[in-house]
Amino acid sequence: MTSRFLISALFAGACAGVIAALLQYVFVQPVLLHAELYEGGELVHFGAEPVSAHPELPGFDAVRDGLSIVFTMLIYTGYALMMVAAMGLAEERGAQINARTGIVWGVAGFVAFHLAPGFTLAPEVPGVAAADVGARQIWWFATVGTAAVAMWLVAFGQNWMAWGIAAILLAAPHVIGAPEPDTFTGPVPTEIAALYAARALGVGLAAWVLLGMFAGYFWQREGVHEAAAAKA
Amino acid sequence: MTTLTKTRALSRSRFAPALFAAILGVAVISLTGHVQAAALHDAAHDVRHATGFPCH
Repeated sequence: MTSRFLISALFAGACAGVIAALLQYVFVQPVLLHAELYEGGELVHFGAEPVSAHPELPGFDAVRDGLSIVFTMLIYTGYALMMVAAMGLAEERGAQINARTGIVWGVAGFVAFHLAPGFTLAPEVPGVAAADVGARQIWWFATVGTAAVAMWLVAFGQNWMAWGIAAILLAAPHVIGAPEPDTFTGPVPTEIAALYAARALGVGLAAWVLLGMFAGYFWQREGVHEAAAAKA
Repeated sequence: MTTLTKTRALSRSRFAPALFAAILGVAVISLTGHVQAAALHDAAHDVRHATGFPCH
């Protein structure tokens, strides 16, 4: 049984991760590289000279972008491990798990892991002002944890009590508030930062939907293999 | 009765691996996305930003 969890998570994480990395390279990375020109001081917003909005950006960097691909696959494998764990328990309670239902799992995972924390701590370009990273990480884990529980309650709750608790769990971290910086010091134009947040969340949604689909597919497939092996 | 026993046996056999997978998942996310060690931070930098993890 353990191998069913691990194998389906590894396959799903690798497949979704490599597509996520590709999407990030095409849609997110150029915006980040653009922002870094302001972070490093090569371009200055509101300086003496007007700055072109279309500077030349560095091209493919084998080490940097290669590491990004590896780490994206690792992160999505981590997500997949948690997702198949929840899928396995849900299936036992009567839920159907396959590629098709996996899509909804992917959307729920995106809400828990990207949208919920990003609703207050928006995906940030390098160079923006931010509070202490340790404090923000604690808030991030707390928000993802409560949102994940909330999504489970939305999906498998049987009554308004469960759904009410889910709504409270979803809203609470944002009502309480995340650690915010005391002053704004970011040198990056708002146009770039806004585009970055939108692109990061959009790619996140696409990648998570694929992750849910792959996780559902491989979970079901590994189940068939396991049953066949048990019979033989 | 047999079904109930079967379901219970299944629950036991599935809960531990599910918990193991979930803990492993949290460990992978913490290591790749959150540990602030310089080498890890630099290697994962772009991905941490793109996935909305607190980075700096």
